[in-house]
Amino acid sequence: MAVITSCCVWQTGHSLQTSHLFFQTMTPDDTKPVNFTVKAPVYLQIGDTKADTAHSGVCVVDVNLPFGKPVNIEEVTFKNYYTAYVTVRLLRRNPEQEAPAKWCTALRDLPLMDNPHTERGSQDYYTIHRTQMQVEPDHVVCVRLILRQPSLAWLTFSLEDIKIFPHTEPDPEKEVSDWLSDLTLIDQHPDLEGLPDPQTVSSSIQQMWALTEVMQTNQTTASIGRFDVSETHSQPHLSCNECVHDGGDVMKFGR
Amino acid sequence: MMDEGIELSLTIAQIIQRLRGSHLHSQIERQAKECLHQPDVKLESLKEDVRSFLKTSGWERKLQNAVYRELHIQLPPRHPPAPPEHLKEPLAYMRKAQASWEKRVLKSLNSMSTELGVPLAHMRPAAEQKELTNKWNEMGTDEPDLSRFRPVYAPKDFLEVLIGLRNPNHDSSEDISARSHWGLIQVPLNVRDIPHLREAYSELNLTSGQMGIDDHALIHPAVLCTHSLFCLHLSCVVVMEEDSAAAQQYSRQGCPTGLRADLWALILNATNQPQDVMHYEQLKAGVIQHNLLVDNLIYKDVKLTASNDDYYFVFEDFLYQVLLCFSRDTAVLEHFKYNSATPPKSYIQGEIISVIPFHGFSMYVAPLCFLYNEPSKLYNVFREMYIRYFFRLHSISSHPSGILSLCLQFERLLQTHLPQLFYHLRQIGVQPLRLAFKWMVRAFSGYLSTDQLLLLWDRILGYDSLEVVAVLAAAVFAFRAENLMEVTSLASAEAVLADLSTLKVMPLIQVFLFATAM
Repeated sequence: MAVITSCCVWQTGHSLQTSHLFFQTMTPDDTKPVNFTVKAPVYLQIGDTKADTAHSGVCVVDVNLPFGKPVNIEEVTFKNYYTAYVTVRLLRRNPEQEAPAKWCTALRDLPLMDNPHTERGSQDYYTIHRTQMQVEPDHVVCVRLILRQPSLAWLTFSLEDIKIFPHTEPDPEKEVSDWLSDLTLIDQHPDLEGLPDPQTVSSSIQQMWALTEVMQTNQTTASIGRFDVSETHSQPHLSCNECVHDGGDVMKFGR
Repeated sequence: MMDEGIELSLTIAQIIQRLRGSHLHSQIERQAKECLHQPDVKLESLKEDVRSFLKTSGWERKLQNAVYRELHIQLPPRHPPAPPEHLKEPLAYMRKAQASWEKRVLKSLNSMSTELGVPLAHMRPAAEQKELTNKWNEMGTDEPDLSRFRPVYAPKDFLEVLIGLRNPNHDSSEDISARSHWGLIQVPLNVRDIPHLREAYSELNLTSGQMGIDDHALIHPAVLCTHSLFCLHLSCVVVMEEDSAAAQQYSRQGCPTGLRADLWALILNATNQPQDVMHYEQLKAGVIQHNLLVDNLIYKDVKLTASNDDYYFVFEDFLYQVLLCFSRDTAVLEHFKYNSATPPKSYIQGEIISVIPFHGFSMYVAPLCFLYNEPSKLYNVFREMYIRYFFRLHSISSHPSGILSLCLQFERLLQTHLPQLFYHLRQIGVQPLRLAFKWMVRAFSGYLSTDQLLLLWDRILGYDSLEVVAVLAAAVFAFRAENLMEVTSLASAEAVLADLSTLKVMPLIQVFLFATAM
C-alpha cells in the first residue's frame, strides 16, 4: 500500500484561494450505461438425453447492443455470483469496411474468484476497463461473456447487473495539481517601470513583520535610536552586514 | 480488477475526506500559519519551507500516522462503488445471518427487561448520582444484587449459530470433500494453510529472535546483552520517532515490557489528547446520569470473570470505569459505518447503546490494565483494539480475521496436520472446535498467563490480524496431542486442555508453523 507522506489541505495566511487536490476522473458518474438486451444465459450441458446431462461448468451470456448503433466501450461492470472465470468476446463491425462483423477475444479467463471452491470474490462487484482489454473495444455490436465455474461446490453461477458504459471523449482534464502550485502561478509580471521588484519587497516586508513580532514579545525601555537609510541600499532594510547589531534584543542601526 | 492509479486516487480522496475537519487538520493548519513568522520561511520557496518545517517539527509524522490508521480501517474503494453494506460484508447470506443474530440478542435483552421489570434505561435520582460520583474509583466495593440478571448470551450460544450457517448456493448433496463433513463449520471460506502462513509470518521463523524467548535469563549474558540491547535500542528509537508503521513492524517480534504500552498506543494511534480526555469525561457523565440495564450485565460479567481471576481481580474498578463508558460510546458506531458487521446495538430512550456485552466480554479489557493506569488512556486503547479486532470475534462475517474464518482455519489446520488426532477425537464424540472456541472468542484472555497473552497480542497488532489466535489454538492441540490421543471421553479431553497457564506461546507457534513436517 502506498504511504502518503503529505496531503495537507489548508488556507494560506495570505488569503489566496484555498486549493484542493484534484484527481483525474476517468469515468464521470453521470455517464449512462448503454441500453441493451441480455439473452437468457445458456448453460452448456454434457450428455445427450435430458436425464443424463451433467453440468459442464460453462455458461454463455450474450449481450446484444442496440441494432444499428455500434458502441465504443469504456467499461463493463457487473456483480459476480459464484463465477470463477470470465472470458469476454466482442463482435465488432468496422463501419468503413464492407467486411462482415468479426469475433475477437478481449479478455480470456479473467479470474473472479481466488479459488473456485471458496467464497472470496464470489459476490463481488467488478469493472473491466477498456485498457484491460487486449483489443480496442470499438464498433462493438455484441458482447459475449463466457462464464466458467469448474467447482462442484456450487449449485449455480452467473453474473448479475451487467452494465456497459460507452466511451466518451474526455474533457481537457484538470491535471493532478499540487495545491500550492497555484500560489506561485504569476508568470506575467505587470509592467513595473521604476518600481522595485515585488518579490524583494515582499520578502523584506515579511522580515519587518517578523521583527515587529519579535519586538512585541521582547519589550524593553532602551531607545532604539535613529536609523538612516544608507546610501548603499535602495530601500529600507532591517538587517544586513553593514548594520551593527547589539548583542541584545534591540537593533541599533549605524549611520 | 481496477487500474491501480484510479484505485489509489480514490483511496487518497476518501482519506482526505475523512481527515478534513478533524482535530489534526486544524492543528496542522494552525502550525502552518504560525510557522510563517519564522524567518527561514521565505515567500519564494513557501511550499518547500512550510513542508520542511512540518517535517522537522514532527507534524508530518503525526499526519503520516493518521493516514496510516485510516488505511487500516479503510476498505479498498470500488468503481463503480458497491453499496455500503457490500463493502462491510460482501456475502449476502452472511449479512442476513448477522442481522438476525443482532435481532435475537436485542430480543433477549428486551425480554429480560420485561421479565425482571427493570427498564432498559432510567435516570438516576440525584442522591444516587452524587453517591456514584463519590464512589467512581471504587465501584468494585459495591455488592448489588445481581442474582436475577443473566448474561444475554454465552460464547457457546454463538458457536451454535456459526455451526448452523449455510450458504444457500452451496451444494452439500454430494460428498464432495470428506473434510467438510469432519468439522463443524460448513462455510467454504478462504483460509490459509501452513505454507502460506510461513510466508506471511516469516518474522516468527525459528531462526529469528523473539522477545520473550531469546531474552530469557538462561541465555549467556553476553549474547543476551547484545541482542536485547539492540532490540531495546531499536524500540526506543521507534517510540521517539513516533512512527506507527515502524512500531507495527517492530511488534511482530514482540515488544519489550517497558515499552509495550507506548508501542501499542503508537500502532493504534491512540493518543490521549485533551479532546479524548474530554470525550471520556462526557461518557462518564452519561454513566452517572443514567442507569442502563446493560450496566447490570457488565457488573455481573466483571464479577463472574475478571474478579475471579488471579491476575485481573485487582483491576476490577478500572474495568467498570472502562466498560460502563464503552457501552454508551456512540462514536464506536461511527466506525462501523465504514467497516464490516455492526455489533448489536439498540436505541434506549433516544440514546443508542453501542455494544451489548456477553459473558466474558470484560476479559477483552482486563489485560490492558497491566499496561495503562490512566482511565482515559486505557479507554482509548481499548476502544481502538475493539473496533479493529475484538468485535470480529463475536460478529458473523467472512473477513479473514472474523471468528468464522478463525474457526474454519483451526479445524483445517488440525485436519491437515493432525489427522489422526482429529479422527480419534471424533471417534469419542468430541469436536475439537467445541474445546477451542472459548479460547479463540476471547483471544486467549484469561486462559494464558498475562505475560504470554501480551506476547500473543503483540503479534495480533504486528500482523494486523487475528489469524495467530487460530494458529495458537491448533498449536496447543499439537502440543498436547499425545495426551489427547489417550483420552476416551469429552470430560477427560477437557481436563487435558483445562490449564493453559504454563504454556509458552511463541515457541508453540514457531514449532507448529515452521517445524511441522509437510
